[in-house]
Amino acid sequence: MGNMNIKFNFMRMRVITTIMSVLLLIASIASLSYQGLNLGIDFTGGTLVEVGYPEAVDLDKIRESFIDSEFSNTSVQYFGTANEILIRIPPQRGLNSADISSNLLNLLSANDLNVEMRRVEFVGPQVGDELKEDGGLAMLYALLCIMVYVAFRFQMRFSVGAVAALIHDVVITLGFFSIMHFNFDLTILAALLAVIGYSLNDTIVVFDRVRENFRKVRDKTPVDVFNISLNQTLSRTLMTSFTTLLVLIALFFLGGEIIHGFSIALIFGVLIGTYSSIYIASPVTLALGIKKEDLMPVKKEGLDLENQP
Amino acid sequence: MNRYSSWKYIVIIFLIGLGLLFALPNIYGKDPSLQISAARSAEISELTEFQVSAALEEAAITHKGISLGISNLTIRFNDEETQLRAQSIVKESLGRNYVVALNLAPATPDWLIKFGAEPMSLGLDLRGGVHFLMEVDMEAAIEKAEDRYISDLRSFLREKKVRYKTITHNKTGGLLIRFKDDTEYNKGQSLLADNFDDLDVESESSEDEFSLIAVIREEVLLETQRLALQQNITTLRKRVNELGVAEPVIQRQGLKRVVVQLPGVQDTARAKAILGATATLEFRLVDEEHEPQEAVDGRPPAGSKLYYERNGLPILLKKQIMLTGDSIINAASGFDTLTGGPDVTITLDGKGAKKMSRGTRDNVGKRLAVVFIEYKMETIKQDGDIIKEKEIVEEVINAAVIQEQLGKRFHITGLDSSEEAKNLALLLRAGALAAPIYIIEERTVGPSLGQDNIDKGFDSVVIGFVLVLIFMAIYYKVFGLIADIALSLNLVLIIAMLSLLQATLTLPGIAGIVLTVGMAVDANVLIFERIREEIRNGNTPQASIHAGYEKAFSTIADANITTLIAALMLFSFGTGPIQGFAVTLSLGIISSMFTAIMVSRGLVNLIYGGKNLNKLII
Repeated sequence: MGNMNIKFNFMRMRVITTIMSVLLLIASIASLSYQGLNLGIDFTGGTLVEVGYPEAVDLDKIRESFIDSEFSNTSVQYFGTANEILIRIPPQRGLNSADISSNLLNLLSANDLNVEMRRVEFVGPQVGDELKEDGGLAMLYALLCIMVYVAFRFQMRFSVGAVAALIHDVVITLGFFSIMHFNFDLTILAALLAVIGYSLNDTIVVFDRVRENFRKVRDKTPVDVFNISLNQTLSRTLMTSFTTLLVLIALFFLGGEIIHGFSIALIFGVLIGTYSSIYIASPVTLALGIKKEDLMPVKKEGLDLENQP
Repeated sequence: MNRYSSWKYIVIIFLIGLGLLFALPNIYGKDPSLQISAARSAEISELTEFQVSAALEEAAITHKGISLGISNLTIRFNDEETQLRAQSIVKESLGRNYVVALNLAPATPDWLIKFGAEPMSLGLDLRGGVHFLMEVDMEAAIEKAEDRYISDLRSFLREKKVRYKTITHNKTGGLLIRFKDDTEYNKGQSLLADNFDDLDVESESSEDEFSLIAVIREEVLLETQRLALQQNITTLRKRVNELGVAEPVIQRQGLKRVVVQLPGVQDTARAKAILGATATLEFRLVDEEHEPQEAVDGRPPAGSKLYYERNGLPILLKKQIMLTGDSIINAASGFDTLTGGPDVTITLDGKGAKKMSRGTRDNVGKRLAVVFIEYKMETIKQDGDIIKEKEIVEEVINAAVIQEQLGKRFHITGLDSSEEAKNLALLLRAGALAAPIYIIEERTVGPSLGQDNIDKGFDSVVIGFVLVLIFMAIYYKVFGLIADIALSLNLVLIIAMLSLLQATLTLPGIAGIVLTVGMAVDANVLIFERIREEIRNGNTPQASIHAGYEKAFSTIADANITTLIAALMLFSFGTGPIQGFAVTLSLGIISSMFTAIMVSRGLVNLIYGGKNLNKLII
């Protein structure tokens, strides 16, 4: 009857890992409330212009040329290489939004004819606010729907465990972006939602095995059942994380500067999601007092009779 | 044991065949081409085709073929350089009545087209172009509607001989109608209730005030907004046509927004100026009896309004408008034969021409002013609140003495540059917007960045994919190779479905594909690990394969459905790029269920099924 050995006693470490997770969560929430996220123009509104030059450019010279213009409080930085620069212009009074990028490009080409426009993004403040709202809503509804589905397919306690793991992942990934002061834009939001999907995938696989083992195994404590299940699914968990990381790393190194933040968020999210499916989802479900009886299939009366010839 | 019935193989082969067929056009790619369509009265016919090919031949430009469509003509070229050269030649030979736009035409062979197979279209971030999100100023649309009711009510009440004092916009919404006395008030109230279904009329009277408040009904208001949006979309379409863009997207989004996508457009400044421009013209007589200085000092004479000329000088114009831009049916820019300065020749419709000739007949020798009106809006955030600042720019561009009675055609001068004349002519031709419209989001990608994005996206997909293939083959041996085949077919199916849906491939879409590749392996990993486990438990190879697939199924289904829920949420709340990501992710999940479970099982059964196995290499 199956390999019921416990090679790694995952659940023994659950006190230590819970403390670690709580510390990480506190650090994330502290950073989020203290310095917040470095929100991109998708959320704040404003203008972003990426330009390319045939050879490396001196940022100070560009900044100098802005001093007496309407762009005096813009941020100028390299983007990927020294040939490309990214200019961020915060929303400001007295500048007609539609004209900003044209004026900026005119100014730049007055200094160097070889400048080439690569990308312009302008987002009005009303759009930014909506995105913040919609993004938050998407996240909330996704969590709710998942909770309902898991409660329906498994049991309420599993549902709480799974959602706790997801919230853990989202908060810590957000915290990571806040602490590192990485730019948080629309693509990062998409990555975050993909992380939810991925982490959930992992958690469900473990839960599926836990449910199976609860029904199959006798005279074992719930802690043992979780340990057995985690051991049985361990090689799969590592394999899938590894292949996913493989493509993400390819995306990180080859996908170009634009996709950098997206791949960082996913790489970090896959790591934390793998961790959380073992050390958050399972301990929380255990702590809520899951028992064998919760998972026994409900015997339908009269079913046996119908199947008689 | 472990045999698939032949119908299952037929289904698998059929689906994969379809997948390959619809994914195939993407290999052929697209040719740089010119798309010629007719503007105004012109028509596309064999004659146009002949004219174009003759012009190209004369300039010694080789092309890959001309094809005549229902309303357009497509000419393909080998490279972009030839395409650009050909554009200027074709433009010159066809003249102003045709729009010659740069385009990418699919190079799909005819036999594939017969099946309806077409390549995916590339998003703006991959081919370069402009994306605008524009918002219609509905307050202005409503105000305009109220203005119409005010003038309707005035003439109606006058006609019915009801004596009213004033009809104005009410500060708290609606229209305020003030009557002379109680009897007039009662007369007015019953007449309005009977004749103006669109208005809700309420009493606003006090002791010595006899007034009514008329509010436009909710459903009428909604209809007004819908019409304003619709009319704006029509106008935007005309303007985009005038700009000469191939395959533009102009779409309504929600109740007051319009998405405009212009692939391949490089002069974004002009596109922005043209699309968002709310410029229109008004013709008013100059008030010669009063000094403008009176108005500057704050005492404008009744019936006149103060304006400024371009050079900053004040000028008094009559409040009554002789003609508005609505009556203009055609406008062409050119040069004034007398001064050599830029001018715009205007053609009026019948009604407008009558108004013009009546208006100028009695006023020969007086000055007629051309007022250029433009709405500008700026949205700013202040202390967390979004404030809209509106500004109406009204300039007198020209005030010339009427030499003779004017009619259907005349021309106006006083413009700063020929560029301005060109833009004004375009705007007048395409018609005015029903309500001002503002750009609230812009995303422009230059052509070189687009190519960069394609290359990088392609590289990362290929490398990531190959790494996964190698790793799986090493780790799971024969089963790994089977998973590799399933994974490759998965990629083909995703591309086929995206092409079939005519979805637009964007950079986040590519990221979605990459992520799907990584995650699609999961189903096979789950199955293979389960088979290994069964073998370790001492089961026979055939039983292990069977149990592995059976037991892993519910896990795979649960895991994928939950991921699908997340993708659906992304789709319903996200916009453009996020939705692209969600679509590829969802399609990937669905097709990976098919390839990882059915196709891989089919292959496993084909290799191992029914055989007497002692050992399984996995």
